[in-house]
Amino acid sequence: MADLPTAPDGPVSAPASSAAERALVARLLAGDEAAFVELVGRHHAPLRRLARVFVSSDASAEELVQETWVAVLDGLRGFEARASLKTWIFRILVNRAKTRREREARTTPLSALAPDAGAGDDDSGPAVDPARFDERGRWTAPPQHGSPEQALLDGETRARLAEAVAALPERQRALVVLRDIDGLTAEEACNVLGLSESNQRVLLHRARSRLRAELEQWMKR
Amino acid sequence: MLTCREITELVTDYLEGNLGLADRLRFQLHLGMCRHCRAYLRQLRATIAAMKKLSQPAPDEAMPTDVQAELLKRFRNWKS
Repeated sequence: MADLPTAPDGPVSAPASSAAERALVARLLAGDEAAFVELVGRHHAPLRRLARVFVSSDASAEELVQETWVAVLDGLRGFEARASLKTWIFRILVNRAKTRREREARTTPLSALAPDAGAGDDDSGPAVDPARFDERGRWTAPPQHGSPEQALLDGETRARLAEAVAALPERQRALVVLRDIDGLTAEEACNVLGLSESNQRVLLHRARSRLRAELEQWMKR
Repeated sequence: MLTCREITELVTDYLEGNLGLADRLRFQLHLGMCRHCRAYLRQLRATIAAMKKLSQPAPDEAMPTDVQAELLKRFRNWKS
């Protein structure tokens, strides 16, 4: 089992809040129920997607998200309004996932954890199989020139892409979920997952390269 | 002159706007001359665009109504 990213405790270059977010926080603190419903509605699905990276079932993911919302309510009065509310909430989820995992690790026999410790978290290696280039770095097996844009719209390919995302090593998966599916900025994702900027770049590159390769394989068939 | 293989390693930095001016120009120069790398970039962009579409929630992803009610109850307790 790969290590969960360590979310920083302090505001490590925490992304700033937007004006809209500050207004929402003010409404929340004033006890505006509609604001709370709006907040939950906006972030619930992305939180669930992120939770699903760290736990092994949809039910556990739902539970983790519910725990997160309760923790959000507990911490809201102390929330520093200059920080981004969104990344604060996402970090709570990551921290709770970590706690949950530590708790489970204590009650799981060591033998069940040992075999795959760190396995699969392959953050290095080429974006494309080196065998597809000649000795001067030119394509010998170039990508196909079809129209992947069209092919990618069909439902079957969509399902295949979701599978490919699920098969990524944990940190890569968490990162592409945040960046490419839910549209967080690089800075926000670094803050949520406790990644350095350079680490984020490498992980994103590995993940996207791998997803493209998977889809290329799929479309060849 | 960048090689095709180098292009495939620089492409994320290119798309993320992390390349300096000189590297960006070298990248674009290669692309201008290499249809294979243009195809590669197109596929990567299409992959990213397809990822974005995965954010559309499936019907079963909505929050269960009982959970929503429970959360709202907690919010009411919280504010009082």
